[in-house]
Amino acid sequence: MSLASTDTKATGRQLPDRLKTPLHRFLISWELLLLCVAVAVFILNSFASPYFLDPWNLSDATFNFTEKAMIAFAMALLIISGEIDLSVASIIALTSTAMGFAVQMGADTPLLVLIGLCVGLACGAFNGLLVTGFGLPSIVVTIGTMSLFRGISYIVLGDKAYTGYPSNFAFFGQGYVWWVISFEFVLFALLAVLFAVILHRTNFGRAVFVIGNNPVGALFSGIQVARVKFTLFLLTGVMSGVAAICLTSRLGATRPSIAFGWELEVVTMVVLGGVSILGGSGSIPGVVIAAFVMGMVTFGFGLLNVPGIVMSIFIGLLLIAVIALPRVARQLLARRKA
Amino acid sequence: MIRSLMKSREMILAAAILLLTAAIAYRFPAFVAPSNLARVFNDTAPLIILALGQMAVILTRCIDLSVAANLALTGMVVAMLNVAMPGLPIPVVLVVAIGLGALMGLANGLLVWKLDIPPIVVTLGTMTIYRGIIFVISGGEWINAHEMSDTFKAFPRQVGLGLPVLSWIAILVVAGFAVLVSRTALGRAFYAVGGNPHAAVYTGINVGFTQCAAYVFSGALAGLAGYLWVARYAVAYVDIAAGFELEVVAACVIGGISIAGGVGSVGGALLGALFLGIVKNALPVVNISPFWQLAISGSAIIIAVAFNATSSRAKGRVILKKAEHAL
Repeated sequence: MSLASTDTKATGRQLPDRLKTPLHRFLISWELLLLCVAVAVFILNSFASPYFLDPWNLSDATFNFTEKAMIAFAMALLIISGEIDLSVASIIALTSTAMGFAVQMGADTPLLVLIGLCVGLACGAFNGLLVTGFGLPSIVVTIGTMSLFRGISYIVLGDKAYTGYPSNFAFFGQGYVWWVISFEFVLFALLAVLFAVILHRTNFGRAVFVIGNNPVGALFSGIQVARVKFTLFLLTGVMSGVAAICLTSRLGATRPSIAFGWELEVVTMVVLGGVSILGGSGSIPGVVIAAFVMGMVTFGFGLLNVPGIVMSIFIGLLLIAVIALPRVARQLLARRKA
Repeated sequence: MIRSLMKSREMILAAAILLLTAAIAYRFPAFVAPSNLARVFNDTAPLIILALGQMAVILTRCIDLSVAANLALTGMVVAMLNVAMPGLPIPVVLVVAIGLGALMGLANGLLVWKLDIPPIVVTLGTMTIYRGIIFVISGGEWINAHEMSDTFKAFPRQVGLGLPVLSWIAILVVAGFAVLVSRTALGRAFYAVGGNPHAAVYTGINVGFTQCAAYVFSGALAGLAGYLWVARYAVAYVDIAAGFELEVVAACVIGGISIAGGVGSVGGALLGALFLGIVKNALPVVNISPFWQLAISGSAIIIAVAFNATSSRAKGRVILKKAEHAL
């Protein structure tokens, strides 16, 4: 983000630390800390309600994060590269509206999926073109497209809703692949592996990190900065389309207010997963664990009958606390040394 | 002379507003009747007040997405205060509203200053936190017109010198901000911090403090607008002004305030807000459903930011042409 506050202050970027072994590195890592939190939340939840440990219940709990996490994977790459997309929730709304519209025209499931993916792709291309083609700051562009995309949904739908999705379309959000394992969860797991490979094992992923750390340096070392960033916006758009297919299928209806406020939860998930909001560092395993943590926390609150908006206080606090924590720790350490 | 005027963003925007109004007036002459224009200005007053606070924040390279939530929380608190103590004089209510708003702004500012958290993360977080708190303190209940005292509701609507108090407050805030940014050290520091933080540090400006001060201003104005909003519409509930922060940012961006910091004027913010206010008020007049509003303001942001970027790209020494884009 070109808005990122401060050139004056030390940035959050860190060069890869040179520790002895991968195991050693893991033991002091953010991911391990998160994993402990996840286990703690899981144990707390099992005390919160006797029904929690039921396998069907646990399977239901995964719906709290699978769709958001699909977007979070792509968003993680985008944020690592130093950009952001605040329009993802609105892309879901627009995609879902387009699919709903197609249903009214009598479209069947394969066509609906195709439309979902294409609309997501088109929205991502629009964001990417504005950011890379004109050199505009992504935060303002996507604040703009956030109103634009959702605005189009409101124009098309008004205060109505689209229903009447074909029955086999319901599989994407309600189907089970193997006993209690839902289709969405399988998709989530596959995408997690795919994105982890892209980010950590390919030249493209390497380029994403380099761009996040030093865009000019990346350009001088021959990386097609604009092309990589454009691809990342496309990826985020497509993943929003995939999430829209799953969500619409799960709800069986499209309203213009669908997925309202999700952009915050997706960004929170990414940041909680240890991705620096200033770009340059982060990992997919971190985002996966963060997704579990957030899903389990929301599910736990649900078991305790806490209303959604009170949950959002917690998510807001979590977002700020997670970013503040390492900085506070660093400041305290510096003070002790001085 | 004419050329530099043509280039000034405020002039272009003013011309766009005149054209827009003329186009509407061509079909619906009643729209430009002085009384209706005064009504449009009054409708836009909260947006103007908030846009000026946001301008200060954006000038220092930050952003405040929590203004609408701040407005709603302050509005709910003063409404509840009014229900509990109907006799409380208006000046006290105003002080409470501004003070509470400033406090919430201070919370944003301190997180940005002392903990170095990126502004967008801070205000995305506090936005949801403030909204959640409204639900917690009100239990999700509405506070309706009949529960509020008459003096509480009447204040923003009292007419003096031909305009309601709400409009006069907006005018006062504009005048106050014009003095602040052009005549005070703090106002100049906003520009210095946004223009070049490194240089600002060397000239003895405390960057973090200046950013924090901008947040306090933005918060205080949001608090003020919170009371005015609730009193004017005579209702307070959790979702008041939902999504209004985008309109506020849009007003600033349309008004030529650079999101990269350091560039912008009070006149620009005022015109940006007026532009959106006129569009919003004209939609029902020209028979377009209000559902179009979100899409229109979204497009306006995108066009304005694209226009800003192409017209004000710094002409430095370009070693590698594409490097500019990469940043």
